Amino acid sequence: MSAMAVEARGSREPWWRQLGAFNMFTGIALGIAGYFIGALVIGAALSKGIDFQTETNQNDIEFVVGILFGVAGFLIGMGFLNYPVKRMLGAEPSMRAKEDTGIARYFTLCTDHKVVGIQYLWGVLFFFLIAGLNAMMIRTELLYPTEHFWSADNYISLVGLHGTMMMMMTTSMILGPFGNYFVPILIGSKRMAFPRLEALSFWLLPAAEVVLLAAVGAKGFPTGWTGYANLNVQAKLGMDCYLISFAMIGLSMALVGFNMLATVFTMRAPGMTWTRLPIFVWAVISTAILQLLAAPVLVAAMSLVLMDRVVGTTFFEPFSGGTPFLYENLFWFFGHPEVYILALPGFGVVLEVISVFARKPIWGYRLAIAGLLGVALLSFFVWQHHLFVSGINANLRPFFMLTTELISLPTALVFLNAMGTLWKGKIKYTVPMLFALALFFNFFIGGASGIFISDAPSDVSTHGSFFVMAHFHYTIMGGLVFAFFAGVYYWYPKMFGVKLNERIGKLQFWMFFIFFNLTFFPLFAVGMLGQPRRVSAYAPRLQWLNDWVTAAAYVLGSSFVVFVINVIYSTFFKREEAAQNPWDAKSLEWQLPTPIPVDNFERVPVINGTPYGYGDPSAPVVANLNPTEAEVVAAGG
Amino acid sequence: MNWRDKLRPAPAIRRIMWIWLVLSVIATPLVVIFVGPMLPPGSASDAAHGQQQDNTVMVGIVLPIIIALLLYFGYALKTFRAKPGEEQTDGPPLRGETPVMVAWIAVTFVIVLFLATWGAYELFPGEEGAGGGMGPTPISVALPADASSALPVQVIGQQWAWTYRYPTYGGLETTELVLPVDKLVRFNVTSIDVIHSFWSNQLAVKADAVPGTNNVAFATPVKIESSTVRCAELCGLWHGHMTSPIHVVSQAKFESWITAQQQKWAPIAKYLPKYSKTYAPEPTYRGG
Repeated sequence: MSAMAVEARGSREPWWRQLGAFNMFTGIALGIAGYFIGALVIGAALSKGIDFQTETNQNDIEFVVGILFGVAGFLIGMGFLNYPVKRMLGAEPSMRAKEDTGIARYFTLCTDHKVVGIQYLWGVLFFFLIAGLNAMMIRTELLYPTEHFWSADNYISLVGLHGTMMMMMTTSMILGPFGNYFVPILIGSKRMAFPRLEALSFWLLPAAEVVLLAAVGAKGFPTGWTGYANLNVQAKLGMDCYLISFAMIGLSMALVGFNMLATVFTMRAPGMTWTRLPIFVWAVISTAILQLLAAPVLVAAMSLVLMDRVVGTTFFEPFSGGTPFLYENLFWFFGHPEVYILALPGFGVVLEVISVFARKPIWGYRLAIAGLLGVALLSFFVWQHHLFVSGINANLRPFFMLTTELISLPTALVFLNAMGTLWKGKIKYTVPMLFALALFFNFFIGGASGIFISDAPSDVSTHGSFFVMAHFHYTIMGGLVFAFFAGVYYWYPKMFGVKLNERIGKLQFWMFFIFFNLTFFPLFAVGMLGQPRRVSAYAPRLQWLNDWVTAAAYVLGSSFVVFVINVIYSTFFKREEAAQNPWDAKSLEWQLPTPIPVDNFERVPVINGTPYGYGDPSAPVVANLNPTEAEVVAAGG
Repeated sequence: MNWRDKLRPAPAIRRIMWIWLVLSVIATPLVVIFVGPMLPPGSASDAAHGQQQDNTVMVGIVLPIIIALLLYFGYALKTFRAKPGEEQTDGPPLRGETPVMVAWIAVTFVIVLFLATWGAYELFPGEEGAGGGMGPTPISVALPADASSALPVQVIGQQWAWTYRYPTYGGLETTELVLPVDKLVRFNVTSIDVIHSFWSNQLAVKADAVPGTNNVAFATPVKIESSTVRCAELCGLWHGHMTSPIHVVSQAKFESWITAQQQKWAPIAKYLPKYSKTYAPEPTYRGG
């Protein structure tokens, strides 16, 4: 590592000179140019003479080739090919010097992991808000038992866009902002293992979201976020947007997983043994394993559908030798680990937060690790519970019922950790703590409803109904999104140097928590009373329930406006300077000054203990930030 | 300290456990006995009744867990609150206690094993696979005893309507599902275009209609009533409108309805195939 040259980079150049280099604007420009070259030149040439388009009046070949060239153009315009081309021309391997000043670096390929974390934070929030607006539009439609506001095809596209955007965004909701920002710091490293890949994994996110939103202009897509065959082959142009954007997110996920594992495995500071790692890093490790192993299956599934649509293969056409079951299994083999990719980082964040605000070490730290890794392992063995009534071999149902119910065991271990950490603590109800505790309330309801749907007989009635919808909103929104806000309120002072206002934060929390439960709890009843998912027309006797849910959903949506107000007020108006360690936490990131210097540490620290030294006066400070040569050697560095 | 003293929980925990025991012993039987029979999916068919039993058992298990968690969190969040204005101190450095961990893992493991076994039992002999689609060749152990004398009905899904065929009555095709009460029905569900899902909430039958596949489900309706069949798998534009009426009637009424339908469709029926495991109307596709 010390032998690696550092690429000269004009980081101290004036902003107008920096903008002249590769950045978001050249990216967009080359992306648009790429789309037109791909569609109008190459796609048109490839599809000449193929006559199956005349009936449908749509040219998938042109569209798909256009998007692929557009994405490639965007990435080239961002500067991602610069280093590979240089190396191919014979340059030595080199690190990129991190840009350390200026707002322009947030709009470029930046190799400072802290910048990537902040890019992710705003990216994730932006798409969360768009997808949330979609949800408000969906709930508005459901005020009446028949179509009133949107036509049937717009409604179906809205449902698909909401689900897909949320799933694409939540896969990196915690790992993106907080994983990228804090994992190197928490393990005592100055950088991630592959900073350029880290930047790539971020920039794939806005590119994918733009490709997905392009579906709006391409007649939408009718399959919902699961994209089932063979409706996905029948669908119009917008389906290609879904397939390509989801595949891009799959690629981004695999890169993040790979990068996180490489970083944690090889770049821990001297003295950072596996049992001294913060539990958040363990959550990142278990998530990264899932991402690395499951995301490629998604890319494969999406590619096969694209081939069916564009090239004329029949992987999923039942009357030409294929079968829709192949898609279902491929998708859910990815899809089930995917939901644990969503849940696990949330557990990591809230365990950290509970430990800090109960002023106690994590109770059962090793058990927590077992729980996280256990969930990760078991998540590969449960996917057929999405297919209980699909016509799979009935022999399989008891096995998958057992594995699905077993996965509640490691999840329950995380509950035990939280309960034990609270015992005899000195609990302060700060905003991050409120969000962390609410996760356990919500996730219990989500998990208990999971018990019901994992039971195959009971699932016969609840599969494909609003019961399932309520279940996953409780676990994903009630779990991950609450953990995300816990992380935002907790780490904001370190990332931005200002504290988010406590009173507005508590208002947001209570609005969010109360109206989240008021919105989604009745949906269990709606499902059990017979309303299927993704419908714009339902039984009129259920209208009063749907109206109640919509009203509560509007207030729930408003709670996010409160959050936006809090961010704008605290960051741009009030600007209450945060202390270096406002929570008096003992983990490594809080021992560093705010703002964190561009290389994190002046010298790579030596780790002396766990970050949970609460209540024990003899516990060493977590790290020695200015170790001598001798201390470094003694720690094994 | 002998091992018994070491394993004794703290006084507060002991108090919580007693309160939990009393509350659970009172609440659980009450809920199971009085709320159980009202739980979805009701008991309009044998399959529904089996699922309702499952739900009752699960409610009976989840309820004490809810009580336990509420009691513990309520106690901990109130008692261990840092006194406002007090000097910020830390809590004691408790890192874990093996007896608690072992007890927790054991109890949760037993609950999960019980639930999995009970659920599997409901799927098997005599329980008719609990109404769920079992694929084209349901395993013989899951078949009800009188499966061979069941009334076969072919359910054909398409974008965006349901069609029903009664093979034993000469290929009769209708858009309304009429079934005789107290007779085992074998649903053969398929689709001619994309994936749909045949769902009768009252009969508690759900079987995905997958093109090119015959998905078999069983149920015995036991209540004379009319309800609605809905599609439970997103199948395109009018997925929400893909409904059809389902009428469970007496055997006599069923027979007279069948006769009326046969007379109505006699001129066309002679051209229809008797029974089809897969439905592929296009001349270029394989299948009947």
